[in-house]
Amino acid sequence: MGSRSSHAARIPDVDSIQRETGFSQASLLRLYHRFRALDRNKKGYLSRVDLQEIGALAVNPLGDRIIDSFFPDGSLQLDFPGFVRVLAHFRPVDVEDHGNRDPQEPEPLNSRMNKLRFAFQLYDLDRDGKISRHEMLQVLRLMVGVQVTEEQLESIADRTVQEADEDGDGAVSFLEFTKSLEKMNIEQKMSIRILK
Amino acid sequence: MLRAALPLLWLPLAGAGATEEPTQEPGSPGEPPPGLALFRWQWHEVEAPYLVALWILVASLAKIVFHLSRKVTSLVPESCLLILLGLVLGGIVLAVAKKAEYQLEPGTFFLFLLPPIVLDSGYFMPSRLFFDNLGAILTYAVVGTLWNAFTTGAALWGLQQAGLVAPRVQAGLLDFLLFGSLISAVDPVAVLAVFEEVHVNETLFIIVFGESLLNDAVTVVLYKVCNSFVEMGSANVQATDYLKGVASLFVVSLGGAAVGLVFAFLLALTTRFTKRVRIIEPLLVFLLAYAAYLTAEMASLSAILAVTMCGLGCKKYVEANISHKSRTAVKYTMKTLASCAETIIFMLLGISAVDSSKWAWDSGLVLGTLFFILFFRALGVVLQTWVLNQFRLVPLDKIDQVVMSYGGLRGAVAFALVILLDRTKIPAKDYFVATTIVVVFFTVIVQGLTIKPLVKWLKVKRSEHHKPTLNQELHEHTFDHILAAVEDVVGHHGYHYWRDRWEQFDKKYLSQLLMRRSAYRIRDQIWDVYYRLNIRDAISFVDQGGHVLSSTGLTLPSMPSRNSVAETSVTNLLRESGSGACLDLQVIDTVRSGRDREDAVMHHLLCGGLYKPRYRVGLLQELFKNVFSGSRGQIKLEGYKASCSRHFISEDAQERQDKEVFQQNMKRRLESFKPTKHNICLTKSKPRPRKAGRKKKDGMANTEATNGKPPRDLGFQDTAAVILTVESEEEEDSDSSETEKEDDEGIIFVARATSEVLQEGKVSGSLEVCPSPRIIPPSPTCAEKELPWKSGQGDLAVYVSSETTKIVPVDMQTGWNQSISSLESLASPPCTQAPPMTRLPPRSLVTEESQAPLNLPSDLRPSFAFPTSLAKAGRSHSESSADIPQQQELQPLMGHEDHTHLSPGTANSHWCIQFNRGGRL
Repeated sequence: MGSRSSHAARIPDVDSIQRETGFSQASLLRLYHRFRALDRNKKGYLSRVDLQEIGALAVNPLGDRIIDSFFPDGSLQLDFPGFVRVLAHFRPVDVEDHGNRDPQEPEPLNSRMNKLRFAFQLYDLDRDGKISRHEMLQVLRLMVGVQVTEEQLESIADRTVQEADEDGDGAVSFLEFTKSLEKMNIEQKMSIRILK
Repeated sequence: MLRAALPLLWLPLAGAGATEEPTQEPGSPGEPPPGLALFRWQWHEVEAPYLVALWILVASLAKIVFHLSRKVTSLVPESCLLILLGLVLGGIVLAVAKKAEYQLEPGTFFLFLLPPIVLDSGYFMPSRLFFDNLGAILTYAVVGTLWNAFTTGAALWGLQQAGLVAPRVQAGLLDFLLFGSLISAVDPVAVLAVFEEVHVNETLFIIVFGESLLNDAVTVVLYKVCNSFVEMGSANVQATDYLKGVASLFVVSLGGAAVGLVFAFLLALTTRFTKRVRIIEPLLVFLLAYAAYLTAEMASLSAILAVTMCGLGCKKYVEANISHKSRTAVKYTMKTLASCAETIIFMLLGISAVDSSKWAWDSGLVLGTLFFILFFRALGVVLQTWVLNQFRLVPLDKIDQVVMSYGGLRGAVAFALVILLDRTKIPAKDYFVATTIVVVFFTVIVQGLTIKPLVKWLKVKRSEHHKPTLNQELHEHTFDHILAAVEDVVGHHGYHYWRDRWEQFDKKYLSQLLMRRSAYRIRDQIWDVYYRLNIRDAISFVDQGGHVLSSTGLTLPSMPSRNSVAETSVTNLLRESGSGACLDLQVIDTVRSGRDREDAVMHHLLCGGLYKPRYRVGLLQELFKNVFSGSRGQIKLEGYKASCSRHFISEDAQERQDKEVFQQNMKRRLESFKPTKHNICLTKSKPRPRKAGRKKKDGMANTEATNGKPPRDLGFQDTAAVILTVESEEEEDSDSSETEKEDDEGIIFVARATSEVLQEGKVSGSLEVCPSPRIIPPSPTCAEKELPWKSGQGDLAVYVSSETTKIVPVDMQTGWNQSISSLESLASPPCTQAPPMTRLPPRSLVTEESQAPLNLPSDLRPSFAFPTSLAKAGRSHSESSADIPQQQELQPLMGHEDHTHLSPGTANSHWCIQFNRGGRL
């Protein structure tokens, strides 16, 4: 990959990006190539359409939501730093990372919490910090096959919310969300190896 | 004595015709007298099958004996004990018959003993885990085995060249390579036997175990290639032969896998059409899997691989297609066969070792081999792991590597292969046999004995089992989708990408083709988990005697939250319907006091102590049976059946533990039986017993219909049965409802007793045994008094809330935990026997619906402190909760949700639960 074009130095702001995301130069370069390949009209940024044209993403039940998460706050353009920032959530957690981290610094993007937050905001469409029953139902509708009826979906949604809901507000807050997953190895389940 | 016992030991190997001794028959009688014989002794005619049966019996008895003492089996793996037993038995045979008999015959081993074990492991292999680690498994299986074979063979040859092996061992480099190839493969039987007891974490287990299964192909190829090379003579081996050898590796492994997959496909397809002949479903599974094995064996492909792939590939579809009973049958038969085969293998191994005529000892060779297999195994693991860790998301750490190296057990496969060697071609065969025996014994006994302490000492991550929750399942799916999407965005087609592809393909085509439509329709993993949770709750509810649940503020074992919404779930309805006792738990409030809790504890102890869970389970079973048998032709229903017991099958790894848990539970309950009785007696002496007695009668009256009971009893009895409407048009059998009603009496009676005791302020010793002595605060007392089984006219809001608080938390901690664990135990009697859910077609919807509302006034709603969110979420909930307090007596079991859910429009396509109101009104 790296052989095709020169070095990572060509990427604008490569140092700050690297610092923020923790990606290696090689990964950044690879992502940069990918970024430019996705940018069909060479406009320097990605639009929703660019991502929507990735074939497999269209079939992904959560595809739209994941695309949305690349465009925070309703923006229409995705520049390279933003692109990398989102992908940085899926960088595997390095063992070394924990030791020498400056407590002043914000948590790395690939921390467990941030990984979970990424997943959480896929559910929480209205951004109120809670997954309501309605939101849960929407996700379930996407994920569960057509063969399950609406009634069944509703009962699943109810039960799912109940299961995680601890304070009884009928919705799952982020805290409850993390709690319901505390036994799961998120670091492993939300990481992609090639994104070192 | 010995003579009499001898026939038992004359075991021709699995009827393979291994015994041709004309000299035996110690038990055979004299000639039959001429003419009509009154009695004839025909030992010869039954000899072979008789001995096989006895052999298996001996093995099974041995197993039982071993497990009589937990101490022994917790320290010593069963395989070790079996080998030692085999040694003893072999010694006896040798001493009596003056020659060793009944050893492990390669033919028997490969054709009869090995397939069940491999099928079992393939079928119950956690496929997700397996494929997640497929890279590592393949590496270890292929590269690792090749490495072990060549290094061990070469090193032994070097040892011989160095003069450390006695010159009488006539073997060249090829012979040693052949020996290396057969001794290097990690043995699935041995690994399974030992690792199943060790409980290391899943990743580690799947890697070692997967390796042992998949390396069969490599072993077979290496063995065959080397064998033919040796037979050809090293001088005649051409370069093309080496190429052929390499090519045959692919042919044998891929061919074996392909055969397995073809048969898996056939099997899945066949089971799709067994709807009307359920009885042969289990047989089909075994037949086709065995056919896969034999076919692969016939084509000299890797038979182990074939069966593994067959089991792995077909499970998903077969499980969805076959009936619940068939699934249980498959599971148990498979486990039984595998366990039998394993037992026999280890015993025979022990016996075989006794026969000194077959082997010749050479210390240099034996010690050298032992050292080399350990050394090169460790070295190979370290090297491969280093490479693999470059690619693995979660690297295998040092401790994992130690366990993997040390877990490389050799077993019966190696032994069978070495026995198969041709002595004329390989002059050193006897030495190889001896070495193999020593290696197998060493690895199984020494390593098997020490691996548990080692794992403990190294603090290897153990496997931790937690019950699946809906959230976990849902989020896990989300994660999968997210990762697949991110891989798409990044443009890297990695594992997640392909898995996603496969799942889509499977969903679109394969499942459609291989699953019957009914099964396919409801097949969804999230739905599945939901379904299983419901069933678990339902069963645990039944197991607990139905006292735990509340209709609105349901607190389920699987659900930590205390708030609840109406849901169309078995749980919910069962809860409501189970007995009158549950009604006092309706609403959850936060008023708590230690006293309340104690009361609740008592209540539950008493409830649990009466030992009715089993009873109930039995009844429920019957109920299920009725339902099942009465429900032919219900597409939907079958779907449920298909998915309902998945967890029973998937968790077999935990079986043993669960069994124990269950036993403990039962014991505990029995222990609490006494105190309960005592309390009841006290209660009865008080002025109140009349009521309790009446209640009990009421419960019984339902079935007997002899009692002139007040109309309010109706509610209770009528609602006793929970009905799951699967298809709205189904007819249900009436007796099912009655069966369940019967058991309710127990609960009610108990609960009543408790409450009375409490009210009377009986003093008692420990919480565990007796109720708390103190004065009951007004509201709880009231609550107790107004427990549903008594006429409910009190201050509903007050008592309901307090009662709830008392009971729910305690339930969760004590009774629920027990019941859940016992529920989950696959092997525990109630679970295994009882189909996990009640599925009753509604009796007649119309009449029931019309009846139900009569009993359910909804005007009491305001008196309930009912969370608004709940109310809004659960449509029918507020209604139900409201009416309950008032109608407790009448309809403790009344379904609330049925009204909404069973409305004609919804009933057809979804399943819902309904109470069977039995026409009492």
